[in-house]
Amino acid sequence: MLTLLTDFTIQNVMIGAALLGIVSGVLGSFAVLRRQSLLGDTLSHAALPGICIGFMLAGTRDLPMLLAGALVTGALAALAMLALTRTTRLKTDAGLGIALSISFATGVVLLTHIQTTGSAGQGGLESFLFGQAAAILRSDLYLMGGIGALALAIVSAFWKEFKLVSFDPDYARTLGLPVLALDVAITTIIALAVVIGLQMVGVVLMAAMIVAPAVAARQWSNRLGTMVVLAAIFGMASGLFGALVSATARGLSTGPLIVLAASVIVLVSLAIAPGRGIVWEWLQHWKNRRSLPARRVLTTLYRLAAEHGDPAYPAEQSMLDAYHGTATASSLERLKSRGLISAVAHAPEFTPHWALTPSGIIEAETLLGRREAEPGI
Amino acid sequence: MSQTLHEPGLAVHVEDLTVSYAARPVLWDIDFDIPPGVMAAIVGPNGAGKSTLIKSILGLVRPTAGHVTILGRPYKDQRRRVGYVPQRSSVDWDFPTTAIDVVMMGLYGQLGWFRRPGAKDREKAMDALARVGMLDSASRQISQLSGGQQQRVFLARALVQDADVYFLDEPMAGVDATTERAIVAILHALRDAGKTVIVVHHDLQTVRTYFDWMIILNIRVIAQGPVAQVYTSQNLHRAYGGQVALLDRDKVLGEVG
Repeated sequence: MLTLLTDFTIQNVMIGAALLGIVSGVLGSFAVLRRQSLLGDTLSHAALPGICIGFMLAGTRDLPMLLAGALVTGALAALAMLALTRTTRLKTDAGLGIALSISFATGVVLLTHIQTTGSAGQGGLESFLFGQAAAILRSDLYLMGGIGALALAIVSAFWKEFKLVSFDPDYARTLGLPVLALDVAITTIIALAVVIGLQMVGVVLMAAMIVAPAVAARQWSNRLGTMVVLAAIFGMASGLFGALVSATARGLSTGPLIVLAASVIVLVSLAIAPGRGIVWEWLQHWKNRRSLPARRVLTTLYRLAAEHGDPAYPAEQSMLDAYHGTATASSLERLKSRGLISAVAHAPEFTPHWALTPSGIIEAETLLGRREAEPGI
Repeated sequence: MSQTLHEPGLAVHVEDLTVSYAARPVLWDIDFDIPPGVMAAIVGPNGAGKSTLIKSILGLVRPTAGHVTILGRPYKDQRRRVGYVPQRSSVDWDFPTTAIDVVMMGLYGQLGWFRRPGAKDREKAMDALARVGMLDSASRQISQLSGGQQQRVFLARALVQDADVYFLDEPMAGVDATTERAIVAILHALRDAGKTVIVVHHDLQTVRTYFDWMIILNIRVIAQGPVAQVYTSQNLHRAYGGQVALLDRDKVLGEVG
């Protein structure tokens, strides 16, 4: 293991994967909250023609040139989408779908053209489809790190503006914020995040890295700051996991492994996150159903007490059974353990009797809506 | 600020305002004035352009023609003096943020670039939450709030702006009677403090009890002025057509009794 970590190539891959995870987690949070998940997909697919054009211009596999090309065609696709939705009746999702497929088709045509003309050094280009982590050089890392640091710096500088524009753009405009410029800024840095991941994960799977960590993080947090930090951690963890597993096992490629790791985090989060997870909701539902008979017994006791004008009216258990048409013993035990009722004697009868406690009266009145419910109940 | 004041005696002055979507006029040749210190209702049938009117005053919708001044100057120069409460349904309440955080957003304009809200701003936001009776819910996630509570949070966000003219888009829509009373009480307090409050309102029956000024709108301005003069069956019929059975409470009660 230790030798693995000191291996130069593996070090490169791990640093690159972690970088990619952090940046895509942070920017992905904004993309997901602004309902622009598909934008990440369009930007990454639209990067392919840019990579090819960059290659044809440079004549070799020059990374800065390729990424610059990717950024330009990504931006063009985003603009084309905007133009389509503003001037035609197309909705955003259709606009993004069209921009995505046209630009990806163009990219594949250019890619096969480059391959068949057999330019020297074309070997690396198709690796941008699914990513090729092992081909990452130390100098590539500097470029990725530089772009990532720039993107994160912009996010932290304009944090409150980005938050407000994502939550309520109209209100932001009435406060005098330049909403259009901020929109363009957010979209641009999401494009930067996509560009960072191209070499590692490839154009096809990069969208997953934008969406997955953010969606998982949303499940665990109710504040934007926490969500962004969690998304960065989830992204980084998936990156490191994919890099390590592909380094230890033969024939497993890094990019898809990273995406799979992120997907597992998403599935687990969707299932068990407190407050939002499916299992959690089932549990709440089940609890509600279980407590329903007890609630009905409690309100019956309350009505009896009200009827008799005696808050401590002792109700005989068999009478409650008869009224509800079923044994109420277990419900009564549950209410007793919560301190809402107490067992009382009612001489000369020896059968069990029950009376409401003061907190039981409050609870019953809340259930019956005779008392202003506490917020959230 | 070299320009001369235009109608400085009016809180809101709208002249020749026309807004159209796809060549169809939504608002046509709107002229109205609202004096300072009143609580004004904008009423009209569905599709009358009530929300569009507010949005075009606030520069959210670009008018085809006309001009607007707030306290004598164009809206652009008076932003700081204008507070806005949008429709509650205009945002996604599942956004990961808390009530106090939303209220602090009202201060972002005054804070300027790069400055984060500090302890003083937090205090202001807490004060505003207290005024709308939401102090206990300050750190709750906004999706956990009821509709009425969300509306109160939006109102608190406008209150921290400490504006002179407030625009509210249907603040009483879909809230319970308790919240409606609370909101009206806050708005009356604002008016009594000399602020101008302009509300898009959907409930004709409460106009006379809540408001002292009204504008009846249906693409054009049908009538405007003090409620006592404008709230007539003739004006309402002109705006609503046959749809409205004008509920005169005394008359109805008389017929029932």
